[in-house]
Amino acid sequence: MAFLVSHPDEVKIVSQRFGLGAISIDRYLELNGYKAIQKTLAMEPDTIINEIKNSGLRGRGGAGFNTGLKWSFVPKQAPKPKYVLCNGDESEPGTCKDRLIFEHDPHAVIEGAMIAAFAVGAHTAYIYIRGEYRYLSLIMQKALADAYARGFLGKNIFGSGYDLDIYWHGGAGAYEVGEESALMESLEGKRGIPRIRPPFPAVVGLWGGPTVINNAETLASIPHIILGGADWYASLGPPKNGGTRLFCLSGHLERPGVYELPMGYNLKKMIFEVGGGIPGSRKLKAVVPGGSSTPCLTADEIDVPMDFDSLMKRGSMLGSGGVIALDESTCIVQFALRTMKFYQHESCGWCIPCREGTDWLKKTLARFHAGGGIRKDIDNMLYLSENMLGRTFCPLGDAAAMPTIAFVKKFRSEFEAHLEARGCPFEKAGVVEQLPVLA
Amino acid sequence: MADVNITIDSKPVRAPGGTLLIEACKKAGIEVPSFCYYPNLSLQGACRMCLVKIEKMPKLQTACTTMITEGMTVTTDSPEIHQARKGMVELLLGNHPLDCPVCDAGGECELQDMTFSYGAAESKFIDIKNHRDEQQWSPVVYFDRPRCILCYRCVRICGEGMDVWALGVENRGVNSIIAPNRQDHLECEECGMCIDICPVGALTSGAYRYKTRPWEMKHVDTTCTHCADGCKTTLGVRRAPAGMEIVRGDNRDKSGINGDFLCIKGRYAFDFAHHQQRIKQPLIRKNARLTPASWEEALDLVGKRFAQVRDQEGGTRIGVIGSNRTTNEENYLLQKFARLVLKTNNVDHHRTADFPAFAAALAGRGDRTATMREVYHASAILLIGNDPTNRHPLLAWQIRNNVRLHRSRLYVINSEPIKLRRQASFFAQPPAGSEARAVEFLAGEEGAADALATSSTPAQRWRDLREKLRSEQNLIIIFGSEIRGRDLEKLVKFGSTLAQAKFVCLSDYANSRGAADMGLYPDLLPGYLPLNQGTKFRDDWGELPAATGLDLGEMIGIANEGGLRALYVVGSNPLGRLPIDPFLLSKTFIVVQDMFPTETAAIADVVLPAANAYEKSGTFTNTCGDLQLVRKAGEITGTKPDFEIIVRLASAAGFDIRKLVPFGKRGTHADMGQSRGAQAGEADRHAVWLEAHGLEPKLSPFDPMAILDEIERLVPGYEVSRSNLLAGNDQHTTVEGPGMWHDPALIIPARDDLFTSGTLGRYSRLLNSVIEHRQGVPAGEVVAG
Amino acid sequence: MKFSPQFEQRFEEMVSHYPTRRSVLVPTLLYAQDETGYLSDEVIRELAERLELTELEVRNVISYYSMLTTRPRGKYHVQVCTNIACLLRGGEEIFEHCRQTLGIGGGETTSDGLFSLAEVECIGACSWAPAVQVNYDFHENLTREEMDKILGHYKKKGTQ
Ligand SMILES: Cc1cc2nc3c(=O)[nH]c(=O)nc-3n(C[C@H](O)[C@H](O)[C@H](O)COP(=O)(O)O)c2cc1C
Ligand code: SF4
Ligand code: SF4
Ligand code: SF4
Ligand code: FES
Ligand code: FES
Repeated sequence: MAFLVSHPDEVKIVSQRFGLGAISIDRYLELNGYKAIQKTLAMEPDTIINEIKNSGLRGRGGAGFNTGLKWSFVPKQAPKPKYVLCNGDESEPGTCKDRLIFEHDPHAVIEGAMIAAFAVGAHTAYIYIRGEYRYLSLIMQKALADAYARGFLGKNIFGSGYDLDIYWHGGAGAYEVGEESALMESLEGKRGIPRIRPPFPAVVGLWGGPTVINNAETLASIPHIILGGADWYASLGPPKNGGTRLFCLSGHLERPGVYELPMGYNLKKMIFEVGGGIPGSRKLKAVVPGGSSTPCLTADEIDVPMDFDSLMKRGSMLGSGGVIALDESTCIVQFALRTMKFYQHESCGWCIPCREGTDWLKKTLARFHAGGGIRKDIDNMLYLSENMLGRTFCPLGDAAAMPTIAFVKKFRSEFEAHLEARGCPFEKAGVVEQLPVLA
Repeated sequence: MADVNITIDSKPVRAPGGTLLIEACKKAGIEVPSFCYYPNLSLQGACRMCLVKIEKMPKLQTACTTMITEGMTVTTDSPEIHQARKGMVELLLGNHPLDCPVCDAGGECELQDMTFSYGAAESKFIDIKNHRDEQQWSPVVYFDRPRCILCYRCVRICGEGMDVWALGVENRGVNSIIAPNRQDHLECEECGMCIDICPVGALTSGAYRYKTRPWEMKHVDTTCTHCADGCKTTLGVRRAPAGMEIVRGDNRDKSGINGDFLCIKGRYAFDFAHHQQRIKQPLIRKNARLTPASWEEALDLVGKRFAQVRDQEGGTRIGVIGSNRTTNEENYLLQKFARLVLKTNNVDHHRTADFPAFAAALAGRGDRTATMREVYHASAILLIGNDPTNRHPLLAWQIRNNVRLHRSRLYVINSEPIKLRRQASFFAQPPAGSEARAVEFLAGEEGAADALATSSTPAQRWRDLREKLRSEQNLIIIFGSEIRGRDLEKLVKFGSTLAQAKFVCLSDYANSRGAADMGLYPDLLPGYLPLNQGTKFRDDWGELPAATGLDLGEMIGIANEGGLRALYVVGSNPLGRLPIDPFLLSKTFIVVQDMFPTETAAIADVVLPAANAYEKSGTFTNTCGDLQLVRKAGEITGTKPDFEIIVRLASAAGFDIRKLVPFGKRGTHADMGQSRGAQAGEADRHAVWLEAHGLEPKLSPFDPMAILDEIERLVPGYEVSRSNLLAGNDQHTTVEGPGMWHDPALIIPARDDLFTSGTLGRYSRLLNSVIEHRQGVPAGEVVAG
Repeated sequence: MKFSPQFEQRFEEMVSHYPTRRSVLVPTLLYAQDETGYLSDEVIRELAERLELTELEVRNVISYYSMLTTRPRGKYHVQVCTNIACLLRGGEEIFEHCRQTLGIGGGETTSDGLFSLAEVECIGACSWAPAVQVNYDFHENLTREEMDKILGHYKKKGTQ
């Protein structure tokens, strides 16, 4: 079970029921549960969609697309059934927030999915949870069973005449399956190979029917927006970046953990105040601001508001909310290598640039880190990454190329130092033997 | 969809909206490179070679997955695009073994071509390439993972095209690998479609591997000699000590009626031609043993003996059995030889379909016969009997892909759950052997419905089926040999009540249809003309024996009582294929003209070593009536084409061969100076006809084209465009003559499957090795799914 | 092929949740593996038949997902995350420590069949790194000593 932390700057919306036993349906009901859905059932679908649009809620899965806008793409009339699919594949290195939501507030995800389904006119929804999260699957299965037992799911929910089934679905180990179209393939019982887009899932998705796919945190935010109102939610963050989000602080920090902070919260503050700064007397070297796929920021670049647009302006991305701090003892080459090893391992292999590119980058980085590098390698790695960028079948290729480009460009001298030392000039990363006591 | 206007490289292009950009480019004459895109297979977007720039889109887009819309402006080449493609090729080469000099695909490899086009040969990668050993998956299919570029063409052609689904992708990422359905080996139709479609040398065939290089071969387009579907196949030939050796079969030129398709037989089972048991010298029985002899001796012996029997006992004591695998010209020549030279109508062949009844039923409506190409485009198909997947691989391909790509409706009536039921929108299963009853029901016999009812197809479903069929326009009705004689008449009658219905009558061998069309019947002249309606031929040939001859069974029946003194068997193995007791023929002088020491050759008195269809020129007619060229590819020293042998025999029998083959400047009649009958005094009609058709008079008596001229001139339904035919295009012939109702028992299906091909198949090492490899695999449906 | 009654019940129920049968494949494979330890030819055949798939299709799917295996593993599958967040906090050292303690390398199984070891990608415990999963159980904020205790615990449990 994951540890909970807190900080005075936190604005607890999605995490407001964490640690309060909301896993029990009764407790959830006591804590305002299933009120939002009842409210929505009396609303016009278009009104709901507009409300979500106006709240400025942007997808918490990584791409940060306006959620209401996405819902509005679902055709009103469709020859095939419509679906809602909750993306709980959470596998982006540095990200461990959906896990907390499933663990502490599963009904919020269910309720969010219900609202989404009602808004787009779907009668079936699935909650896909990665295979490693078995204990969370059990929690979710129980939560769904409880909701059915109360008549909140199934036929004629809350006497509205609206029917909705929500089912759990499980993965079996694959990062790429978190990509929305690969997710649908996986749910359909296939290899997690992405689909050709367009058509986008909102138009042609599961079994050919229009499908809304949202991250678990996105969905868990929905009921709060319905109850608190779009304006309130939007006001929590900068324009077009409504609300709060769960930031997963990890790496070389005194107080790593998952904190709910308003959008636009300053990254430097996040590292040094919320996260407690760097352990020992070491200095910060870099921050990976939004999960392994996002280009790192150097210690000088972190005075930045943590919202989608601001980070985009700095050449990085807010991604999935995984904030990883690297102190000066970190070997960037080793870090880049481990990052690439991940993408090489997780590439689905469908398209040439990602399949071959990740393998070559991994091989080159491994050799380079071990002291076998040649000067030409540095530019070759850039050349190769730039050849992958924007040319792969799905964004995983970009996710592998972008951080690599940043590592090489921002820390070229470290790469060169490996050439001179004919090996890694750094000490091993080192176990933090004395972890700060948490919880 | 309505046409839209787009701009490609500043050129305005008009094409239907929704056309794939890559196809629109092709239409505009701009080749966009691609590995994974393949027309008519599902879209992949995997290789990223087709990246192009579309205005208003920030990233490069794949032309193979983009559908064109009004106003689209596209650039297909620019420094950025060039670099993107070069990058892809470099990445591929990173893990690619650069063994082009020994690779089978070397010289026809799409990766090699791209490397050349994009100048990506200089390697940026110094790390060790991933390696895996080559695997043999079956006698036909070998796989070399390092060469594979994962374009998934093989997987799709096998699944989507063949409905076999024997290939998949295992693992992920850089470890992804094409995998066969039985873990370490393949169990499939062994069609080699995957090998053919592989853009590189990752899939190679056991039949061709490392034998030669593409540029060392001569390529000859010809027609497959196995089943009755008539695929165009391109044979790669190379000089060899014993003549010309065929080293490869494929369909690189996709222009044939088969398009992309070839089955294992058309692609690989050419190897019978070089089987070691091939007879390369005439054999004469001396002291009870077949002993090698010279051609002169053998021809002289046979010619004289035939003449002797004819002159002393009459032509009715001689029988002639023709072939389902010799050319139209040879078949025509053979029956002409029988009737003119031997003075007998005792001509027959192993009949696998009731074409005379088909002709009778059509009663002159030859336009009601469908072509093989039409089967791919028909909006609806009714298939009665037969199992095309096994017996007519091309037909099955046409049907399947018509359903897949054009959403054609397929209705299947079969007492067996044949594989094509998977494509059927309606599958009706009558009790075993009652397909003919189903036809009666369709034709209106209400009572038949109850007899047809089975648990899977109750009576009501039969009525539904008939209702549905009645509403079909442009239905093609394809039927197997289950439907013969008067049943066939009923079927045609039913079909004639439908708007525009057409028919295909299924026979079994490469030129079964040609054998029938060319009159290898004791009672029918070419074009299904009964003997008493053969004025046309009498005018041309002179007097013909009038009495109906004996059919194959009758000939054998009287042989032992001394009724048949000589039997001339050309390209046929009745003793091997039909239930005949060899003892019955022990008193008959038997001449067998064949490639191999077959069961029939074993009892022959003289064996004449024949060339096969890959070693001569002429034409074949497939089961639909599509007439196609057969071209000489290989050559085995010592053998002769059947055509030449027949002409030489006529000559040896003392017959003036000008009466047999119209050759020489003035053709048959002019040389004979004949002036007789209605056309008395008219100049040589053959020469006139040739001139009228802009053709050269034939100078050699062994040139089958001279007979083709005659066929076009005299055989109803064969008036086709010669120039189109010679250009390699199929020409549709029709069944016109009055036909005849024969005893249905005369039809004996060949019952070949994907891996057998009558007697011929037994001499294909490749087919045998496949059969061996598959031992233990239950017969029937090759694949699950 | 015999699965537990719970498996059968869940299977029946899950199949009814989707318009196509094969949709249950991925979670079902994992459940089957939980019962049989690995996905044997027999299990593959059985599931292929139930879901109207070819064995090839099932194998293609299995080989895609890293949790699924067609070869037996240890009773306790020790999965050490060495991905970036864990790397920064000693994931590799934990992995190395497990290797030495168990005397096996990644992808191997101890001779008594009790433990198998694997280096895995991020398991969603980054804020509590370094982290290990033993079968489905999470162990977080690990040190070498902590890891020893955990392995000891499973060893005791497994040999009881
Ligand atoms: C390689 C890759 C992996 C992804 N993994 C996840 C994931 O684990 N969870 C998730 O919610 N979104 C993931 N995404 C993003 C999804 O594709 C999709 O954008 C998201 O689920 C949409 O939900 P949202 O709009 O609520 O963020 C991934 C994307 C890519 C390209
Ligand atoms: S970029 Fe290509 S290979 Fe990589 S995960 Fe996406 S589709 Fe697969
Ligand atoms: S074997 Fe050939 S056809 Fe098949 S994926 Fe590889 S390269 Fe493509
Ligand atoms: S389908 Fe028939 S004609 Fe075509 S290749 Fe096969 S055997 Fe030859
Ligand atoms: S041809 Fe377009 S991606 Fe391969
Ligand atoms: S990096 Fe180890 S759990 Fe996320």
